This record gives sequence, structure tokens and C-alpha cells, in this order.
Amino acid sequence: MIIRLGPMVRDFENGKVLDLGEVIMGFERFGTVSFTSQTKAAPFVDLLDKGMVAGTKCKGCGASYFPPRPDCSKCFSSNMEWTEITGNGKLVSYSKLIYAPTGFEADLPYSIALVEFPNNLKVFGRLSKEIKDEEISIGMDLKTEVVKLPNDRVTYQFKKA
Amino acid sequence: MKAVAIVGVGQTAFVRGYEGSIRELAFDAYKEAMLDAGLKAKNIDASIICSAPEYDKQRTPAGTIVEYLGLNPKPTFYVETVCSSSSSGLRVAYSLVKAGLHKTVLVLGFQKMSEISSADSQERMGRGSDVMWEAPFGTMMPAYYAMHARAHFHRYGTTEEDLALIRMKAATYGMINKKAVYQKGVTLDQVLSADVVASPLKRFDCCANADGASCVIVAHKDVAKSLTKKPIWILGVGAATAPITMSGRESLTGLTCAHAAAKEAYTMAGIKAKDVDVAEVHDCFTIAEMMAYEDLGFAKPGKGKELIRAKETYVDGKIPVNVDGGLLSKGHPIGATGGSQIRTIVLQLRGEAGEMQVKDPEIGLIHNIGGVGVYGNVTILGV
Repeated sequence: MIIRLGPMVRDFENGKVLDLGEVIMGFERFGTVSFTSQTKAAPFVDLLDKGMVAGTKCKGCGASYFPPRPDCSKCFSSNMEWTEITGNGKLVSYSKLIYAPTGFEADLPYSIALVEFPNNLKVFGRLSKEIKDEEISIGMDLKTEVVKLPNDRVTYQFKKA
Repeated sequence: MKAVAIVGVGQTAFVRGYEGSIRELAFDAYKEAMLDAGLKAKNIDASIICSAPEYDKQRTPAGTIVEYLGLNPKPTFYVETVCSSSSSGLRVAYSLVKAGLHKTVLVLGFQKMSEISSADSQERMGRGSDVMWEAPFGTMMPAYYAMHARAHFHRYGTTEEDLALIRMKAATYGMINKKAVYQKGVTLDQVLSADVVASPLKRFDCCANADGASCVIVAHKDVAKSLTKKPIWILGVGAATAPITMSGRESLTGLTCAHAAAKEAYTMAGIKAKDVDVAEVHDCFTIAEMMAYEDLGFAKPGKGKELIRAKETYVDGKIPVNVDGGLLSKGHPIGATGGSQIRTIVLQLRGEAGEMQVKDPEIGLIHNIGGVGVYGNVTILGV
């Protein structure tokens, strides 16, 4: 079991002090390719594992954030609660990629999209490949859907509502 | 307010593979600007080096390049705002001179995109966006701008053909710009039937990577007036940002950073959009130029297509835009682009633009954007 105590990280079972870089937070499991592993917003992935796409809400001033943030830039509080993105969102825009950066080629073609949920929360992600090209229209209703990827990775996409 | 001027400009040809190192590339642009200004290394009080990181192996490029240019021991530092790095450099140079810290400041923008392997280059392409929340889905600039095109089509009825007309203008002037990476003409059919990169943008809707460097020398009016060439005055500088995440954006039909930067620059220069005689805008993709027409106030939102359809942005139109071929024909060596745009406007205002010369311009504008409208710089120059 790995616990972080202030700047020190102790592996209690093995009695070792670890480098921060050895702390497994789980965020490196997010997405097709991960570029970061350390974030205080790592519970995002734990929630994905439970089937939920979640943002954060500041307990101090009520501001809502997606992507989720551990710090409130409005009131400087770091006291946030996780709030699930539920219900239908509307498609703001999308694009189907025929070329991809390194690491994503196997997924081609895929579409990236921006979807607006209630309370002006916008979520970026991919469209489900089950949505046919001719079914896509700006303003269409979409829902989030968690997707398990190979190698214990996890992400989310948008499916028809 | 004629307090700070541009007294020298230089630019290398933008090419696919520069046969030299980054310091040699930088030197080529530097030499041209120094000869243009009639200055020697000892006249430069400070320099600002601009580029996007990770395209070559030199960590801390500023100090390295400055040694090669012979500018030690004067101060230098690195400025980066991706594709708007060298116009951010200009903003800082202006500020240093205006504040009275230095009299003559040199801005050197460079990019050698061919230094690393194409596999490495392709890897970098995926990390220009928020690496925590958006890059994991596989994002890149063409795809983000493509989302803006899709939104613009939906809201305003802009078409793929309207974007193609912009590409054709770029080719018209690219053909007469010896420093452009792409100097061939294109037909409407070629542009419309090209391979899709990220729908609805196709190959000719996108600018090409290139190697290149640009150099702009900024000086206090006392220095400017002692030199031979007509000083070109920096009348207004504006800068703004927008969230790097798409989730943070209010709308995808324009770039708010450009609109805000333009407003600040216009106010500082005491002018309005209609007073601009010639402009360079950041046409990394055809849709980017369309949005620039509207963000800068050359056309009302949604009406940008009317400008290009009526050819008003050609050299003899109401508001000539990118009559040097723009990024679409010149290529886009990331850190060098802003300086190249600035150079074109300086040449226009001096009357030195040759075949691309606009008739008697007095006020010029440079619109240089970093990333998908994360950073926006608008600069107003005047005679």
C-alpha cells in the first residue's frame, strides 16, 4: 500500500521510502496515450472505472469545472467535490481525423468532438464509432460513455442519447 | 505615438530542409536585418530569441545563438508562445525600448523542423494541446481548426469553396514570393478534391512545415532617425489569450484572443479596422484567415466569405491580406512566422514590396496566433 505523507512517500508494506515518481496514481491509464501520470485530479480515473465521467465543484464558491480541477481559480480553495456529468449534451462541433499523431494511428479514422452539457459545462472527447457519419449533426443529443481500452487503459466517448 | 520603430528586417527563404544548423539558420536572417539597418553587433543592446521547443536538441537556444551572432555580452532570453513566438518577442522588444531600458533590441525567430526525424516530429504534433485532458484522445492543430471550420459552416453557411478561394489567393502571391516554400499555383478543383486531413479540412487548406528564420530590429526614435531607411513606427500592440482546452471556449466560430488583441492594438494606435491599408494574418489553415477577417473587424461575423468572394483581400482590393502568400504558401517555421509577417508589412510601408506592393499604404497590421488561438498578438505599424 502506497501512501503519500506530505513530501515523503512511504510504501508501508515494504518499509521503503519512494521517489514521488514511483507513486502510482492511476492517471497514466487515461486515454489512448498518456503524457502525464501525476495529478491531484487522479480520482477522475477511479470514477471512470466506476462508469462515471466527472468534473469537480468548489465547495467554497460553487464554481464547476470540466476538465476536473483540484484547485479553484476563482476563490483559491482546494476543497473540491466530484460531480458526475449526467444527462444529455449537445454537439458543438467535431472533426474526423484521417491523420493522427504518433501512438493514435491504429484508431484511425476517429472523430474528436466538443459537447455542451447543462450549466455551460463543455466536455471534449471522441464520438463513438457506432454513430454513422450521416447521423452526425451539430446540436444532436449525446451522452458520455466510459470505454475500457486494452492494457487496463480507460477513456470515455460520446454516444447517441 | 512615434516613439519606437522597426529599423531593420530580414528573413531566410522558408525551405523544406535547411542545409545547416539552427545557429547558421538564425545567422542568415540576422545578417540580412543588420545589413538592412546598417548596424553592427555592438549596436545591439539586447536580443530576444523565439522558437517552439523540442524541434532541435539545443536546450537553451538563446544563449547559444547569441554567441554565434556575436552579441555577447549583451542580455538575451527566450520567448515562446508557439506560432506567435516572434510577435511576442516584438511586444517585449517594444516594451524594453519604450521603458528606456535599451535603445536597440533585436528579435530573432527561428525554427528548424527538419532537424528531428519525421517520427519525432509526428509525436510532437500530438502535444500542442492540453496534454492531461485533450491530447490523450489524439489531437492536432488541423483537427482543432477543422472543428472551427465545421462550426463556421454550420453557423454562417460558409463553404469548403469559400476556404478554397483563400488558398487560391495564397497561391497567387506564393508564386511571386521567392522566399516561400510553395511557389506553385493551385486550381479550385485541385484544392477541393485534395485528400482530407481532418474533416472538413483538406491538404491544401493546411500550411506546410518549413525551416526558416526571421529577424526584426526595434529601436528608440533617436536611433531610428539616425539611420538611413524610413523608420516604421510601432503604433499599437495588443495581446490576449484564450483557454487551451476546447471545453474552456465560448464558441468555435472565431478566436477571442485575436478579437481582444486587435481591440487593444486599435485603441493604442487610435485607429479602427477600416484604417488598415494592408494586413498579414495567421493563415495556418484557410479557416484561420476566414476567422481573422471577422475577428479583426474587416468583416462582420459570418461575412468574411463576402470579402474573399469579391476578391477584396487581393493586392488591389479594399483590404489586402497576406499578399506575400501567407503561411499557406510561405510555410510555417513556427518561431519565425511572426517576424516574417512583420517584415512583409515593414516592406509594404517602406514601398519595398516589389511585385506584391500595395498602393501607398500608411497603416499595416500583423495578426499572429499561437496554437489554436491560445495566444493572440496584433501589432499596428505606421509610416
